[in-house]
Amino acid sequence: MHGQAGAESIFRQFFRTYAMIEAGALSKSFGSVRALKDITFSAADGRITGLLGPNGAGKSTTLRILYTVLRPDTGRASVDGHDVVSDSLAARRSIGVLPHGAGLYPHLTARENITYYGRMHGIGNSALGRRVDELIALLDIGEFADRRAKGFSQGQRTKVALARALVHQPRNLLLDEPTNGLDVMATRALREMILRLRDTGICILFSSHVMQEVAALCDDIVIVGHGRVVAAGKPDEIRRQTGKSTLEEAFVAAIGTEEGLE
Amino acid sequence: MKSRIGTVFRKEVLDNFRDRRSLMSALFFGPLFGPFLFAIMISFALDKHVSEVDEPLQLPVSGADNAPNLIAFLERSNTEIVKIEADLDSARIKVRDGEHDLALIIPAGFGENFSAGQPAVVRLVSDSANNNTAKDVRRARALLDAYQRRMGMLRLQARGLNPTTVMPVIVEDVDVSTPTGRSVILLGMMTYFVIFSMLMGGLYLAIDTTAGERERGSLEPLLTLPVPRSDLIIGKILATCVYMITSLAVTLLAFSVSLQFVPLEELGMTANFGPSVVIRIFLLMLPFALLGAALMTCVASFTKSYKEAQTYLTVVMLVPTLPILFAAIRTVKPDLSYMMVPSLSQHLIITDLMKAEPIPLAYPLVSMGSTLLLGLLLTALAARLYKREGILG
Repeated sequence: MHGQAGAESIFRQFFRTYAMIEAGALSKSFGSVRALKDITFSAADGRITGLLGPNGAGKSTTLRILYTVLRPDTGRASVDGHDVVSDSLAARRSIGVLPHGAGLYPHLTARENITYYGRMHGIGNSALGRRVDELIALLDIGEFADRRAKGFSQGQRTKVALARALVHQPRNLLLDEPTNGLDVMATRALREMILRLRDTGICILFSSHVMQEVAALCDDIVIVGHGRVVAAGKPDEIRRQTGKSTLEEAFVAAIGTEEGLE
Repeated sequence: MKSRIGTVFRKEVLDNFRDRRSLMSALFFGPLFGPFLFAIMISFALDKHVSEVDEPLQLPVSGADNAPNLIAFLERSNTEIVKIEADLDSARIKVRDGEHDLALIIPAGFGENFSAGQPAVVRLVSDSANNNTAKDVRRARALLDAYQRRMGMLRLQARGLNPTTVMPVIVEDVDVSTPTGRSVILLGMMTYFVIFSMLMGGLYLAIDTTAGERERGSLEPLLTLPVPRSDLIIGKILATCVYMITSLAVTLLAFSVSLQFVPLEELGMTANFGPSVVIRIFLLMLPFALLGAALMTCVASFTKSYKEAQTYLTVVMLVPTLPILFAAIRTVKPDLSYMMVPSLSQHLIITDLMKAEPIPLAYPLVSMGSTLLLGLLLTALAARLYKREGILG
């Protein structure tokens, strides 16, 4: 019994040490608006880390810095040890990204949308064909794989965008409010997919303003409010930090509002 | 790492090819608009020109019986007399209301005054504000002047004087324009049609790859790919070039077909537009594709939406007309320094090509070189713009 707990702690230690996504004291301003003041957290391999916070707290800005389309004013961030500013190409190679709103090319089919990203990652033709077929089966895209993306439902678009993000088998997956605009069935399917991906050992970081979703899905939670990390850790650690008995109360205590509760 | 320019290029070409609306405008409306308008305009000019010479002048005359000699002179000079009954006031109204284009009124006392050697008055009623009748008025006026001169000379001779005494100065018109030279006034507009259709050909792609991609939300994931942004923008600009060049080819083809159906020779024009000239124009215009594509991409990069990009680019499409307009107003002669100015240099060279005039080899070389250089600079600028964070909007 004792040995198992020790192994568990060593295991966690390992992941803490080799955290795959790290953000240290990030700050970012847009004009006079200070979107991020001090964001520090890490996300480990084989775990789902949820970035939780009300709208405008800085979740998207944090993710955008991590997937290298924004540069932080101060602070550093890295993915698999690659600095997102000084070594952004290597960082980008290690991540798959599902940004806010799927953003497919309407004149290309689902398959072509996925294939295009595969080519951009430099995957050779035969390997790419196999990989795209796998993803189409895995994400249940088959039915609309060869239709143009123009008329896709939000759920279909999200599936294709997720397949596109996974085409190069990234070790890290970043998802910005992935369940936004999805119906109940599509949300369920996406959650199951995220859990299965976690079990393959990759690092998943996703943002949400819905506390219940984060509570149901995440191994680790980072609560963000007004551009700062206000609490972080496993759900029971957060309850302990805030001195509340439920995660919901902890969230309210941490943020100072009831926004984000449904 | 291998460049991904080719991957981006192929995807953009395919993507745009599947967009029926933009394809129609790029390869159909844009390129065919010019030649079509051109053919119509030339036919119209031809019509006017021919009618001026051959068709008899329709001249409403009131009181024709008062001056049989004058009427006979007019009829000999290819004029069809239409007899009307009108005094000055009613003729005025009829001309103003457009019932007649013009009217000649010969008063009852004309013959009497004429025989008495007094000035005999005729009245030519016309509406100088009406451009359509100006030509007829000019002809009638010229005929009446001719008649008056002839009568004056006869009278001088009858009195034993040499008619040249009253002609201290004789003005002779010397028109130096060759038949080909004349046609250039019209054909000079061709450069603009060619440039216009090229820009039209690349317009949608230039917008779609920048403002459009941002508006659809596909730009953000694209920028998370391990591909330098310069590769993205170069691939996009090259794809835009391909559509512009295709558009150029369609336009030139359409011109060479449409000009065959227009009987330019009847206008006293010859258009030098054989296959070798077409090919030379095509080659000369090639560097302009890069310049136009990069320029449009730069402008579209600044805009926040598809609509805004469209608005700005419509203005940009007018920019290349300015040097052509300048050349038309100032009658610019080809000169090596002008060859540094894109659009002006192409215009001057194309005009000379069609006039079949000799062109120093340096001209097209400098023109192509300077256009290409500016295109490359703008491509570099577009790449810089793409590296800004603001590109995400």
